[in-house]
Amino acid sequence: MKDLFAVIMLSGIYGLLSASFFVAMDAVDVAFTEASVGAGISTLLMLVAITITGRSEHPVRHKPVLALVVVIVTGSLLIYGTLDMPYFGSATAPVHQHVAPQYINDSMQQVGVPNIVTSVLASYRGFDTFGEVVVIFTAGMGVLALLSVVRRPKGIAEIDSLNKSMHEEYLVLRIVAKMLIPFILLFALYVQFHGDFGPGGGFQAGVIFAAAIILYTMLFGMSTARRVINQSLIQLVAAIGVLVYGSVGVVALLEDKNFLDYSALSTDPIAGQHLGILLIELGVGITVASVMIIIFFNFAGRENSEENKES
Amino acid sequence: MGSLMDISSAVFLLIGSFLCVSGGVGILRFPDFYTRMHAAGVTDTLATAMILIGLMLQNPDGLVVLKLIIILLMTLFISPTASHALASAAVHNDLKPVLDNKESNEKVKTSNP
Amino acid sequence: MLIAATIAILVVMIMSIVRAVMGPTFYDRILAVNMFGTKTVLLISLLGFVMGRPEFLDIAIVYALINFISVIGVLHYSDSSVFKRSSQQKK
Repeated sequence: MKDLFAVIMLSGIYGLLSASFFVAMDAVDVAFTEASVGAGISTLLMLVAITITGRSEHPVRHKPVLALVVVIVTGSLLIYGTLDMPYFGSATAPVHQHVAPQYINDSMQQVGVPNIVTSVLASYRGFDTFGEVVVIFTAGMGVLALLSVVRRPKGIAEIDSLNKSMHEEYLVLRIVAKMLIPFILLFALYVQFHGDFGPGGGFQAGVIFAAAIILYTMLFGMSTARRVINQSLIQLVAAIGVLVYGSVGVVALLEDKNFLDYSALSTDPIAGQHLGILLIELGVGITVASVMIIIFFNFAGRENSEENKES
Repeated sequence: MGSLMDISSAVFLLIGSFLCVSGGVGILRFPDFYTRMHAAGVTDTLATAMILIGLMLQNPDGLVVLKLIIILLMTLFISPTASHALASAAVHNDLKPVLDNKESNEKVKTSNP
Repeated sequence: MLIAATIAILVVMIMSIVRAVMGPTFYDRILAVNMFGTKTVLLISLLGFVMGRPEFLDIAIVYALINFISVIGVLHYSDSSVFKRSSQQKK
């Protein structure tokens, strides 16, 4: 279909259906992340993106037969390669013999948090999570490098007149949003710090925080939102998140141990694990929230500047 | 006492599912966008409230009931606001409701000799 | 009783997808997607109770919020001048 708007809505529903599948498969953390990221933030960011690119696809000038053939050949080779692997969820797969029982048995004693997903993500596989955070930060930097527009800041009188003209259009929504947004921000903090005991953690909390700021921006206007969230401050905060994560690892190095070895943080190893997990989840949450806000402000702000140039 | 809670929980769940299904049938069969919005918006909020109250009576444990009350309050705020936003966006963009003007005019013409 | 309610909500979700595919105007589709979202919140809460794990209620809260923000986002961005320009070009 050529209409990109309908494609975005369908991909939102698809993200939601896969979140329901994960719920049916009893995987709570994955369902949480899929519901917040796949069905929420990516729909919003793609909507903002098509305000820049335009609403329909350009007509395709040639039929991509060669590409289709390559895709079919590669796909069938991959499927043929996976025929050798054990069945999905069978008890004799090597994953379930060696790695998973060790994590499930030892996690409570070695790490001490009830949520095994958090202990695997933040402690046993902390280096992979560091890579993910750096990837998100790099995506934010890429958007900044391509789209950042230096503009003169609007005067306060101009911002107030824009605000008043939008007021009647969005009156009911603004009042309800004023009541909801503090609750959403508080819920994001709850998800961040409750990630040790229930589903949650840094990624989901950052996404929910960014979604609340996006709601505020949509209803109250870009210029008011820029007054609330200073552009350079957000860029600094994004960098601070990655820095916190990296410093935890470097502190462990300075104490003569491995990178990201949490027992270097305190004399009692379990307390060291708790402190380490707390700090890196904080770093993850801060970076994810600020990068999403940076991307949204750059996309939406660009549309604004085009309208200003034409009018 | 335990069975009274079970029965009342089952009653609430039954009412909630009936409202939900009637909303679904309404959204398929009503002739116009604004009438469909009546079906979707009203039954959405009420069915959610009934089903959540039924779930609260199922297992009166402290934290679970608190979270269900939070979902209920949020839905009571959010669902009517979303219907309002949709309707005002549709009116703002000139989507006209289907009115019976032609038929009522013809009835008036045929009834007058 | 819980399982009967779950099946009823699944039936309603399929009905709203039919309306989302069929609906002649754009606003019909947004209405159907909004209804699908609120029914998903109920479905997740019911599934949590059926499977005996009330941690799913956190996901239900998140999804209710995300549904609201997505509908407001779609309405806001379909109202902006870029879309009005492109739809006028089609005419």
